[in-house]
Amino acid sequence: MTTTQPKAEVKEFEPNIIGFLCNWCSYAGADLAGTSRIQYSPNIKIIKVMCSGRVNPMFVVNALQQGADGVLIGGCHPGDCHYQHGNYLARRRIGVLKKVLEFMGIDERRVRMTWVSAAEGRKFAEVIEEITDDIRKLGPLKQLKRVNEW
Amino acid sequence: MKIGVYVCECGINIAATVDVPEVVEKVKSFPNVEICRYNKYTCSDPGQESIRKDIKELNLDRVVVASCSPRMHEPTFRAVVEETGINPYCFEMVNIREHVSWVHKDKEKATEKAVALIAGAVARAQFLEPLERKEVSVIPKSLVVGGGIAGIQAALEIATDGFQVYLVEQSPSLGGRMAQLDKTFPTLDCSACILTPKMVDVARHPNIELLTYSEIEKVDGYIGNFKVTVKKKPRYVDTDKCVGCGLCAEACRLKGRVLNEFDENLSKRSAIYIPFPQAVPLKYTIDSNRCNMLRFGKCGDELLCVEACEQNAIDFEQKEEFVELDVGTIVVATGYDNFDPSNEPKYGYKENPNVITGMEFERLVNAAGPTEGHLEINGKEPENVVFIQCVGSRDKEGHEYCSRVCCMYTAKQAHMVRDKFPDAIISVYFTDVRAFGKGFEEFYNRVLDEDINYLRRELDDSIEVVGNEKGVIVKAEGHPDIHADLVVLATGLVPKSDNKEIARKLNISLSGDGFFMEAHPKLRPLDTFTDGVFLAGCCQSPKDIPDAVAQASGAAVRAASPLAQGKVVVEAITAIIDEDLCSGCRICENLCAYTALEFVSDDKIMKINDVLCKGCGSCAAACPTGAITMKHYSNKQVLAQIGGILNQ
Repeated sequence: MTTTQPKAEVKEFEPNIIGFLCNWCSYAGADLAGTSRIQYSPNIKIIKVMCSGRVNPMFVVNALQQGADGVLIGGCHPGDCHYQHGNYLARRRIGVLKKVLEFMGIDERRVRMTWVSAAEGRKFAEVIEEITDDIRKLGPLKQLKRVNEW
Repeated sequence: MKIGVYVCECGINIAATVDVPEVVEKVKSFPNVEICRYNKYTCSDPGQESIRKDIKELNLDRVVVASCSPRMHEPTFRAVVEETGINPYCFEMVNIREHVSWVHKDKEKATEKAVALIAGAVARAQFLEPLERKEVSVIPKSLVVGGGIAGIQAALEIATDGFQVYLVEQSPSLGGRMAQLDKTFPTLDCSACILTPKMVDVARHPNIELLTYSEIEKVDGYIGNFKVTVKKKPRYVDTDKCVGCGLCAEACRLKGRVLNEFDENLSKRSAIYIPFPQAVPLKYTIDSNRCNMLRFGKCGDELLCVEACEQNAIDFEQKEEFVELDVGTIVVATGYDNFDPSNEPKYGYKENPNVITGMEFERLVNAAGPTEGHLEINGKEPENVVFIQCVGSRDKEGHEYCSRVCCMYTAKQAHMVRDKFPDAIISVYFTDVRAFGKGFEEFYNRVLDEDINYLRRELDDSIEVVGNEKGVIVKAEGHPDIHADLVVLATGLVPKSDNKEIARKLNISLSGDGFFMEAHPKLRPLDTFTDGVFLAGCCQSPKDIPDAVAQASGAAVRAASPLAQGKVVVEAITAIIDEDLCSGCRICENLCAYTALEFVSDDKIMKINDVLCKGCGSCAAACPTGAITMKHYSNKQVLAQIGGILNQ
């Protein structure tokens, strides 16, 4: 007698996303989303840095190598950087990195730079929903494999 | 390496969404984790004690606490570990409340996320290094920005504590908005009578240096050692010589032709002026936008003001000056703007002379105002007066907040109209009367008994003021039309138009409403995120005079305490450079906003001045050889954290 095994429930792909947030604006914005109890997807895991300018593009690549399906970098709005212009440096670096990723065949939407102020709890939640949705659609990242410690 | 991990339930704040015991079970198996416990409240005494006990008994080298945001309790736990012999930088905090339990509902996923974040912290903790916090001396002086009642109060308090204060005010006189008011609610004190003695106190105080007609140009440095550049705008009057006699203003060719902003443009002054008779300092200023001499280089055949001045005080050659002030702390008390109702055509403001704002009313009933206190419109005393509340406040499309003062100032103004005109018909369109302060409800009840019609309307209901030949008609949805000859708009308080600019100069944040943001809405309402910069008065949010004064006194205490201590501890997070790896490419040099990186041409390498370095890490992110290490955010530490989170 043959019975077909009940098919395993098809689980929607849940991306793993790393978020680098600056201490002064975006991290505080994420805190405000918390104190305001604004719900968003749990796929994002936050790493605090003092300034988005600290985010070495290699951090992003490393996160993608180690299994992240997407990376978010959050800084202060242009002109509002706590360190004057660290966010501009981040924007340029991430802009360049996106080109390199595209060249490698990795959809540039997997990496996103955003501005969230300390007052923008709602915006933070919206950004997280957007990037999670985008990456959910793109599916798991398979191109980058971790080769060795950097 | 022995790591102790403490997971907080925060009552049910975390425990309701994160399965804390399960988290603890998983974390126990992580490499180097010697002990993992959970507490109901880790920040409480027993919670702190369990950390201390473990550090001693188990010889822990690193401590990780997973609880609320580090903005909340990182200082608490750093102090706990430091007391027990662990360097505070060997402590790591994981935010599983604001970033997990409060923003997710799915318990399974929230628990997984909490475990992943703790895994990141544990991985990072292994690479944490002890750091020495720098102790820097504090310049025992303070700067107060803004000379309204909040700034005046803060300056007087700090000065009375025995420290030198610079008080910078952008207009020619101290006083701010309070100086424009006629009476104050609910006590009906004369505003000028209670304000002007304090203004004089400021001018007389040996510890206060007053810089009026001046603006903050630039702010550098950090708590204890701010360097502030102040622009002194030219008054074109030598303040050492001017005695405030006013002969110049009498003589001015433009006398009675220049709109007087202090009177909300309801009167006219000369091009050389003092804002109001009790101005402090009592020194004249030439309005460079209006003075013929300054605009055209010529004023008739002779300079009437110069001829009139017996002191020879007028000096058209004055230029703006920049002064540098070294201060330890800064109090920001820059105040607010009044909402301008001309952008809302429904109120008929500017179209009809019968429609005025609350502040215009104040000037019209003030004995020193344009009508010497006679409330009249087009030369006629009003017989039917309508007040409209919440103009520019509680507007979901615009300023969503309640301005907190309009209900009570309207009640006060209605009372004043009744006082002057016993037979007038007085109506107030209100939505909710917010009479929350001491004596407010009692005052409101008193006004209700004065035959004043309080008419309730919903905020969303339409209201319109249309002119007719006799005056105006107020058409409010659900109410009969009122033919009025005076309509007073209870205009709200809005952020100052240059708040964004000021915030950037001072490196502080704005809230969503456009006012300055406090470091914590409940527990640090006077602080900003920038150490050493404090907030007082309406620049933080609308408030009435007693609240502004109370907040200013509080901010003064906050600002004076580092001055009293003489020393402050500043963050140890700076960049360091490995001279062996530095190739002297100088890429980092231009990235630094603080010139903390300097090229040493003899050695062909960069050097870091750690007093100037603020620890952003922009240089470390760019260094091609990896010679620059950002303390506490080193590559190793960040990469370990990434790996910890993802490989969990």
